[in-house]
Amino acid sequence: MDKSAFEERKTISAPMHASLRHDSAHKHVAGSADYIDDMPEPEGTLHAALGMSDRAHAEIVSMDLSAVRTAPGVVWVMTGADVPGHNDISPTGRHDEPVLAEGRVEFHGQPVFAVIAESREAARKAARLAKIEYRDLPHWTEVTDTLENGATLVTDPLTLSRGDADAALAASPRTISGEMRIGGQDHFYLEGHIALAIPGEDDDVTVWSSTQHPSEVQHMVGHALGVPSNAVTVQVRRMGGGFGGKETQSNQFAAIAAIAAKKLKRAVKFRPDRDEDMTTTGKRHDFLVAYETGFDEEGRIQAVKANYAARCGFSSDLSGPVTDRALFHADNAYFYPNVRLTSQPLKTNTVSNTAFRGFGGPQGMVGGERIIEEIAYALGKDPLEIRKANFYGEPGSDRVLTPYHQPVEDNIVARIVDELDHSSDYKARRRAIIDFNAKSRVIRKGIALTPVKFGISFTATWYNQAGALVHVYQDGSIHLNHGGTEMGQGLFTKVAQVLADAFQVDIATVKITATTTAKVPNTSATAASSGSDLNGMAAFDAARQIKERLVAFAAEKWGVSPDDVAFVPHHVRIGETLVPFADFIKQAYMARVQLSAAGFYKTPKIHWDRAKGMGSPFYYFAYGAAVSEVSIDTLTGEYQVDRVDILHDVGRSLNPAIDKGQVEGAFVQGMGWLTTEELWWDDKGRLRTHAPSTYKIPLASDRPKIFNVRLAEWSENAEPTIGRSKAVGEPPFMLAISVLEALSMAVASVADYRHCPRLDAPATPERVLMAVERLRGM
Amino acid sequence: MQQTGRIRLILNDEDIVLDDVPATGTLLDWLRLRRRLTGTKEGCAEGDCGACTVLVGRLLDGDLVYESVNACIRLLGSLNATHVVTVEHLAAPDGALHPVQQALVDHHGSQCGFCTPGFVMSLYGLWLASDRPGRPEIEKALQGNLCRCTGYEPIVAAAEAVAATRPSAVFDPIERTRADVKEKLAALAPRQTIRMGEVGNRVVIPADVGALAEVLAAEPKATLVAGCTDVGLWVTKQMRALDPVVFINHLQELQAIERSDGGLTIGAGVTYTQAFAALCEMVPALRPLIDRIGGAQVRNMGTIGGNIANGSPIGDTPPPLIALGATLALRATAGRRELPLEDYFIEYGRQDRRPGEFVESLFVPAPAADDRFAVYKLSKRRDEDISALCGAFRIALDHAGTVTYARLCFGGMAGTPKRATHVEAALRGKPWTEATIVAAAMAFEQDYTPLSDWRATAAYRMLAARNLLMRFYLETTGETAQLHRFEEVA
Repeated sequence: MDKSAFEERKTISAPMHASLRHDSAHKHVAGSADYIDDMPEPEGTLHAALGMSDRAHAEIVSMDLSAVRTAPGVVWVMTGADVPGHNDISPTGRHDEPVLAEGRVEFHGQPVFAVIAESREAARKAARLAKIEYRDLPHWTEVTDTLENGATLVTDPLTLSRGDADAALAASPRTISGEMRIGGQDHFYLEGHIALAIPGEDDDVTVWSSTQHPSEVQHMVGHALGVPSNAVTVQVRRMGGGFGGKETQSNQFAAIAAIAAKKLKRAVKFRPDRDEDMTTTGKRHDFLVAYETGFDEEGRIQAVKANYAARCGFSSDLSGPVTDRALFHADNAYFYPNVRLTSQPLKTNTVSNTAFRGFGGPQGMVGGERIIEEIAYALGKDPLEIRKANFYGEPGSDRVLTPYHQPVEDNIVARIVDELDHSSDYKARRRAIIDFNAKSRVIRKGIALTPVKFGISFTATWYNQAGALVHVYQDGSIHLNHGGTEMGQGLFTKVAQVLADAFQVDIATVKITATTTAKVPNTSATAASSGSDLNGMAAFDAARQIKERLVAFAAEKWGVSPDDVAFVPHHVRIGETLVPFADFIKQAYMARVQLSAAGFYKTPKIHWDRAKGMGSPFYYFAYGAAVSEVSIDTLTGEYQVDRVDILHDVGRSLNPAIDKGQVEGAFVQGMGWLTTEELWWDDKGRLRTHAPSTYKIPLASDRPKIFNVRLAEWSENAEPTIGRSKAVGEPPFMLAISVLEALSMAVASVADYRHCPRLDAPATPERVLMAVERLRGM
Repeated sequence: MQQTGRIRLILNDEDIVLDDVPATGTLLDWLRLRRRLTGTKEGCAEGDCGACTVLVGRLLDGDLVYESVNACIRLLGSLNATHVVTVEHLAAPDGALHPVQQALVDHHGSQCGFCTPGFVMSLYGLWLASDRPGRPEIEKALQGNLCRCTGYEPIVAAAEAVAATRPSAVFDPIERTRADVKEKLAALAPRQTIRMGEVGNRVVIPADVGALAEVLAAEPKATLVAGCTDVGLWVTKQMRALDPVVFINHLQELQAIERSDGGLTIGAGVTYTQAFAALCEMVPALRPLIDRIGGAQVRNMGTIGGNIANGSPIGDTPPPLIALGATLALRATAGRRELPLEDYFIEYGRQDRRPGEFVESLFVPAPAADDRFAVYKLSKRRDEDISALCGAFRIALDHAGTVTYARLCFGGMAGTPKRATHVEAALRGKPWTEATIVAAAMAFEQDYTPLSDWRATAAYRMLAARNLLMRFYLETTGETAQLHRFEEVA
């Protein structure tokens, strides 16, 4: 071994906290990363397509599927009556969501039957041949219609209350009330939903599913087939994006494919077309927020009362926890001395809305930030001043309690905001913008600095557990498996780094394997930003167990104290002896040491009593702040994002390159939600923006022209998380609220900043222009 | 139908001969299902997301050009005498990545990776087309590629890094075979009309325009396909059966661009990319619109003839072309006829195209040197979006500043692209002042009764149409009245 090679081997290639590239990056660019549709199909694979309702709410009077059955290539036509187990895929057990509708349809596009045919094209063509007779029933698609027509709920609402909001409002020097509409959002994962079911012997079926929640797909497939979970194996190596859209929405496709595969004894693949995917799967919830706030002349909030009414769609799905999380984030980073927040999860005749990055938190936060804006415009102050005046206090102060009675004990929002305020030169730029606006007739500018405080943990406390399965083979190579799923966020890379770091080997020694319910059972969805926190710790625990056995073995064999055994780069140091890792493992194997372990982790400290609205649902908070500067055209409402500066807290980053990618990507996705992404239903209750031709997510040319993103390198999680890191998937999404507020300021300029523009989301060019017009008339 | 001839093309480094091409078969399905080249992905099947981007090489005026296209809506029958290059072809035989691929890896340009092969191909197309592309060119090359994970920053950074360093001694799969491929493709151009398939599933590739006229005379209901950017969606979204499908994208006679003193004659089969290059030379004010029609892939496939022939009320080229006074030439076996472009659009869904006729060419007269002309497109998203409305304005003033000529045309305001004749009348003979504009803008209500849909409400369309007239006026006075992402648009 020459000197340089020896030097090199004193380190490992990718320990924790290193900016390792995504484990599949090379395969991504080469086109050799396999997604489910790329896998070779088993011989004789059949294909499924959906027959969908063309009514928003109706009784099914009759269904004539004869033309579908006799169409070329059709093998089977399946209806709800053909579901052998339960015709239900409600993820929360409320039995309100059929696989295929029976007797009644509750949204335009609801799956009514499925066609199984020799080819995908044959199945899709045949699905159009059904003759279904309906008797129409009244339908409500909008939140406002629903509120005026009975306001039926899909699940129990939540109230968070502290102090006496009514009394404090009455006593406040100033009060404001208003309403805000916040639009939904389609996930637009680039890989649409897909399931490939392969029948096995007995009741067995293996389903490859593009899902964030293999255990739930396993459970739902078993439920629909009427077989126990042990008959169903669900696997996924990678998804082409998820964003929450594959947390529960994969169930339907997997269940249909599995039922057909078992019935026909052939593999069945189900890949809906993009339009069908967007029509039949849930989205981010739209909200109508009604708010009232009391404050003093300095802008210090005395009381907040708000009702969050949400378009949940026809069934509950995850609307309970989503609307809960909206309330949990209605405070954002601000202390409300007296507060009463209520949710109203409304049943509407639309597709059932579901998880989406932030899970209601972004909508809650947008509502809270609107209140800040209202106060600022009412007092003629910079909104940043109002923000700073209302931040949660330092730990130990009397301004730390959230509306759910959990104290904020790790607060770093003031430091983040101050740093960003200075590094972005916010104040000088704001002054320059006000000067510019005074002179510019058509083009106006706006700037806004908004903070984020986001609670980390599933509010369903039992979800905060994870497992991992680690094998060390006798050649020293390591097999890694855990319950988390890879959807592009780099989870597999980060967890592999945890293992490489634990064993002090190169990352190439760790083989990352597909998630499967057969290796790690009872997993939680890869959601709530929890992937690395939970699975990283579970893998760390598995490594710990194996290492403990190895240390005991080494201590005994070499006759040293366990304290004198250490894992060093590529070696194990035993007393004065340095044994190469692979050699050491081989010896351990020969000595019959168990080289495999199942790791487990559950988040400590958290608890939550929903009925009382009290508890500590979050293990910790992640923080961040963004400054956005925009320009608008006051003749057309067009706009562009000129510059964005972000400072974001990921604790001690497990992988700064991946985390920065999450921050940038989340920001742009959040910007899309608040600007150009508009869901539009017609008067028949039909979603008309169901493809990228009509639903506009940001392009490269929409991203901020100048985009400065920094991680708060000084931050470290106050709690003992893996490597003292923090979750990153969701929190930066909400940094994009700064874009909405900057647009709002540009609009406000046409009335000399005297009125809060009350710019609703998404702020399309049309909404911006109409807000300009409204303000010009005031 | 008697089978005559076969479809021949090159796929990566393999010569392909096909005699069983389905009339509505797409290039993407063929690649993925028949050739097992699964690097090319289906994201939307409508030419909007770019996950299916491949390069297609073809001979154009004797040059071999490679252009990015959407394989999802490109029909396989349109690929005779072309070289199809997929992402699998880029790496060197030893597995070394092409510089555009390596830069994406180095800059963390992929997350979920599903869109990545499409971005690789668009950036490779840019690599071939431009030595040192700047940020405006990079963004333009990526207008047809959606990424939902990265926020694009690392992808653009990768593209900029490649542009800055331009590694030279690399394995380049296209450059290395350019001479060979050029020779091969020249030999593959059809000498006689290619016909294949049975009734219900027929493909016709006419040898020349005369043969096309004969095919249409015999089969007036045939579907003419040039760029596939519209018909492709009839196939992938509406599952329409088309028979026969007559491919015309290869016809050299429809691809001529002739410049004369009076203006420009553009063959109906000229792609947006080529047509716009010529149009912008003559009318530079068209540039901002043209850079916002579709993405690069759509501009490389779609034709100006198709954009007109399909009669869409929101097609982006008719408003400026009508404002410029363009005329259309239609051809059939019986002969040719010409008509003003505005007269072609009769009403929503109905055009003045008789059975057996096809759009042959378009003549765009050169505007007078001191005419003022502008075209503005409004859409929810700036790039790669369909217009909520699109307005074209052309006026001439005399020495006293009085309007002597006014021609305004809008898309998205009526069932067809339509002139604002009342507004024109209100401008003519008036001084070019703000007061004139404010008064004339009221006449839009006499010209249009726009609809509300998911792109915009009627109220927005009407207000914005008036405001665009004001923008046009303000810009003639030197006021900054619209946003520009880059100072100098590439």
